[in-house]
Amino acid sequence: MNKISHGQELFLSRLRRHRIFVCTARVLILILFLILWEACANTGIIDSFIFSSPSRIVLCFWEMVLDGSIFLHIGITLYETIASFLLVTLLSILSAVLLWCSRKLSEILEPYLVVLNSLPQSALAPLLIVWLGATPVTIIVAGMSVAIFGSIMNLYTSFITVDQEKIKLIYTLHGTRRHALFKVVLPSSIPAVISNMKVNIGLCLVGVVIGEFLAARNGLGYLIIYSSQVFKMNWLLMSIVLLCIMAMALYAVIGVVEKLYMKRF
Amino acid sequence: MKPSLELNDISYSYHTLDGETHALSNISFSLAPGEFTAVVGPSGCGKSTLLSLIAGLMKPESGQIYLNGEPLTENSSKIGYMLQHDHLFEWRTVYRNVLLGAEINKTLTPEIKEKANVLLEQYGLKRFARSKPSELSGGMRQRAALIRTLLLEPELLLLDEPFSALDYQTRLTVSDDIGQIIRRSGKTALLVTHDLSEAVSLSDRVIVLTRRPASIARIVPVTFDLDKDTPLNRRNAPEFKTYFNEIWKELNHDE
Repeated sequence: MNKISHGQELFLSRLRRHRIFVCTARVLILILFLILWEACANTGIIDSFIFSSPSRIVLCFWEMVLDGSIFLHIGITLYETIASFLLVTLLSILSAVLLWCSRKLSEILEPYLVVLNSLPQSALAPLLIVWLGATPVTIIVAGMSVAIFGSIMNLYTSFITVDQEKIKLIYTLHGTRRHALFKVVLPSSIPAVISNMKVNIGLCLVGVVIGEFLAARNGLGYLIIYSSQVFKMNWLLMSIVLLCIMAMALYAVIGVVEKLYMKRF
Repeated sequence: MKPSLELNDISYSYHTLDGETHALSNISFSLAPGEFTAVVGPSGCGKSTLLSLIAGLMKPESGQIYLNGEPLTENSSKIGYMLQHDHLFEWRTVYRNVLLGAEINKTLTPEIKEKANVLLEQYGLKRFARSKPSELSGGMRQRAALIRTLLLEPELLLLDEPFSALDYQTRLTVSDDIGQIIRRSGKTALLVTHDLSEAVSLSDRVIVLTRRPASIARIVPVTFDLDKDTPLNRRNAPEFKTYFNEIWKELNHDE
């Protein structure tokens, strides 16, 4: 190893201090918020019946862990989100490839895609329930409907912005359009596919929760709607916290996939 | 002897909504087997268009192209094309980049792989076979690109300003290097460039094109009386300046 100069050492320690400061500040904000919330609820500054409190949320969570019901709700929402996410990823790649293959098709379909993408997709959920019934399939489709149109458009854009000279190279090596797709367009679009996945996982969760609001007997979305109707604010806030954690965890999983990919190249 | 490549009265225009751009008009010339020919011309005069037509990537509007006396078929496997940039794919190792052409042509035999190894060794890239392209210098990248082209065993090599993306220093050594490799392989080569000294140092003949629509202004034969006729030695020979000035005048006399 080469020796680190004094200047470099100073720079590194300054950087380290900066990072520690940012992390501590983040954690402190959370802890302060929780303490303040708990204190206000316990001293009666805020009404704990409406605003709940961190300790009540944890207690409520623990009760549901003990009777096992929480695992069903988390499991259903997780399953629906992952299913719709995988389907969106697969279908949007396939559709984008199809659009890339035919310029005519992509030009014809462009306005439809734009309309479907700008439409607030939550408006489709009631329609889906009438058509498909109040089943998990409906909720998976609702999750997909939020993400898929934007996903197709993003992927298609990344496909057509691949360096044309690289495609020319394939032709100079006597390749066909199929070779251009598999040797250039798809491999060079993998980073775009991954960043697209990061967006989609969040959107699918949104769609699934909307679907559960409207037509479900279990799942975190159902729990939120149900508890708001019977005024069980502990349940409601706990569900929201669980959704936050789930969103973070799913995002982190894709982050790991990305890291693995980056390591290979 | 049958010419390796023959162009007969080639014309080409680009069509856009704004109108028609006449790029090439009545170009005729032929290349003898093993000959190294350079094409120079003002920038934007349609030099690259000419190569794309010969490679069969586009069809001429009029005129015929013959390869070894036969009419050109679309995308003939006898033609190797080197582009301005190496376009080595970052998601493949150098070795797998070099084999890309063979992979596409479904000729990925053990013999080809062996040949790739031999060429990598010859051109000093053996050590980098498993590396990513980004670890290579500009000159090494261009050599890897040349191996990729040569593995398809083309009879005719088309070079589209293959050195222009390199810095000046690298460019001199790489063009010297690659020029000699091509000479030794005995392949017919057609080099398009805007660099007159590159044209004179590498070729047997320089075709000078006019401004758009390009037609042939003159064909200048280039011969050097050298013991060791390499591009770098040529640059130091007294005839070099004469040829350079002759072509320079030809390019600029209509201004």
